[in-house]
Amino acid sequence: MANIVTDETIENVALLAELELSPEEKEQAKKDMANMLDYIDTLNELDTSDVEPMSHVFPVSNVLREDVVTNGDGSEDTLANAPEEKDGAIVVPETFH
Amino acid sequence: MSLMDYTAVELGRKIKAGEVSAVEAAAEALDSMEENDGKYNCYVTMLDRESVLKRAACVQKQIDEGLPTGPLAGVPVAIKDNMCTKGVRTTCSSKILYNFEPTFSSEAVINLEKAGAVILGKTNMDEFAMGSTTETSYFGPTKNPWNTEHVPGGSSGGSAAAVAAKECTYALGSDTGGSIRQPSSYCGVVGMKPTYGTVSRYGLIAYGSSLDQIGPIAKDVTDCATVLETIASYDPKDSTSVRRDDLDFTSALVDDVAGMKIGIPKDYIGEGIDQTVKEAVLAAAKVLEERGAVVEEFDLELVKYAIPAYYVIASAEASSNLARFDGVKYGYRTEQYDGLHNMYKKSRSEGFGPEVKRRIMLGSFVLSSGYYDAYYLKALRTKALIKQAFDRAFKKYDVILGPASPTTAPRLGDSLGDPLKMYLGDIYTISVNLAGLPGICVPCGIDEKNLPIGLQLIGNCFEEKKIIRAAYAYEQSRGGNLK
Repeated sequence: MANIVTDETIENVALLAELELSPEEKEQAKKDMANMLDYIDTLNELDTSDVEPMSHVFPVSNVLREDVVTNGDGSEDTLANAPEEKDGAIVVPETFH
Repeated sequence: MSLMDYTAVELGRKIKAGEVSAVEAAAEALDSMEENDGKYNCYVTMLDRESVLKRAACVQKQIDEGLPTGPLAGVPVAIKDNMCTKGVRTTCSSKILYNFEPTFSSEAVINLEKAGAVILGKTNMDEFAMGSTTETSYFGPTKNPWNTEHVPGGSSGGSAAAVAAKECTYALGSDTGGSIRQPSSYCGVVGMKPTYGTVSRYGLIAYGSSLDQIGPIAKDVTDCATVLETIASYDPKDSTSVRRDDLDFTSALVDDVAGMKIGIPKDYIGEGIDQTVKEAVLAAAKVLEERGAVVEEFDLELVKYAIPAYYVIASAEASSNLARFDGVKYGYRTEQYDGLHNMYKKSRSEGFGPEVKRRIMLGSFVLSSGYYDAYYLKALRTKALIKQAFDRAFKKYDVILGPASPTTAPRLGDSLGDPLKMYLGDIYTISVNLAGLPGICVPCGIDEKNLPIGLQLIGNCFEEKKIIRAAYAYEQSRGGNLK
């Protein structure tokens, strides 16, 4: 099953993951992912046709609250972490053309 | 005797009794860090001496004024570097967060501070908690204080090593697939992962959200129970936080296991385990049996499927959780770029290390169209089966006993070359996270290389008290002699 990992797979995954890979990294990623998928394929030994997928071990539901600020205005400290800041805003490359 | 030789509860008692001041305790911890951290690299960030001593003086003043303070007031602590600390750099041992200073503290840290803890610094870890050796850290590996040519385990390797090297009195770690228990095993200290939802994950930088849980790493079981009691709380800011009314964990520090039913999964002492580790773990089981526990071996099913299911689930969650690191609002931004997407890509590619990239890519793949059912849902179905296997086991047993790891600490550099082999080392710890269970690791021996061996005790959900009692009774019987 691991032969599904082609150059195209890696290109697609890099796109989804927002990663830019060197040719060496791509080759390595192809190998690593094929190895992992081969190993993960052992799960196919299990018959899970009647089993519901379990995302959480306890029943959890959304926790809702009123949309009000309770933690004060942290904008100054938040901006202090920005790679680039100008006039109280974070500087980013041109986004809309 | 140095103040760093005391357990957290002993030191807290001395501070409360006025025999030692919180400032003296902090000063000794700082001295130990200065003297030892060059050798071990337990810390990514050490707080400056002046601010630590100032905080200690402040706690001492509260104690002097008779304000209500808990058993940990004035005791110095180290925090794993994936828990946000307000105004103190929090890196996850990654280049992408090399300069990040959170504007808030994680709930577990706030709970500790309310109890009068004095924070010393932030401990080294595998990058974003992805790894089993603390070698994937951007800030270099931590060395095992028992033998600096060996790894401390991971991902909470800095916290476990800092406790072992007496560079703090106790520490917080986090455990997604064994990241508290395995390094505790390798460093000869006690570490505990509570039931999922017991400690708030608010401010814990997420790796695998459905598996991550914060817990204590300390010198003994009493400290672990005391720290857990302090950090556990229901928190509306964490939607998976569980409301519990049985958080008096120290009440389980009872030296009695008579009648307790303990099961040892055959697969936990079978193929792949070091003979010395197996013997030490079985000897520990014998000790509990002599104390009146009923011990037997049994078949815990599906053991070999836990690791593949874990890597699908954890990587999938990681790929989503780590999408937020893009060089825009905080952390590392690449220097030269051409447009927005190129900035994201270059910042992430330069900011993340190989293990993180490997898992993000695997996670993106198993969630991608066409593979979601075959991989991601398959893993979630397997997780349900694993949970059912544990449910059946806990109908028969109070506690499950086994090793924390099949081996003692590997040599530095021996693990990273073959990721799959490194992953297989987590076989005894990983299923506990999938099923949301509590687990504790207690030292139970030393191998022929003079490296510590860890005993793992696993409990059913919300039954920390049973494993605390068993671990405490074992520790009392074992005494100080690990051999």
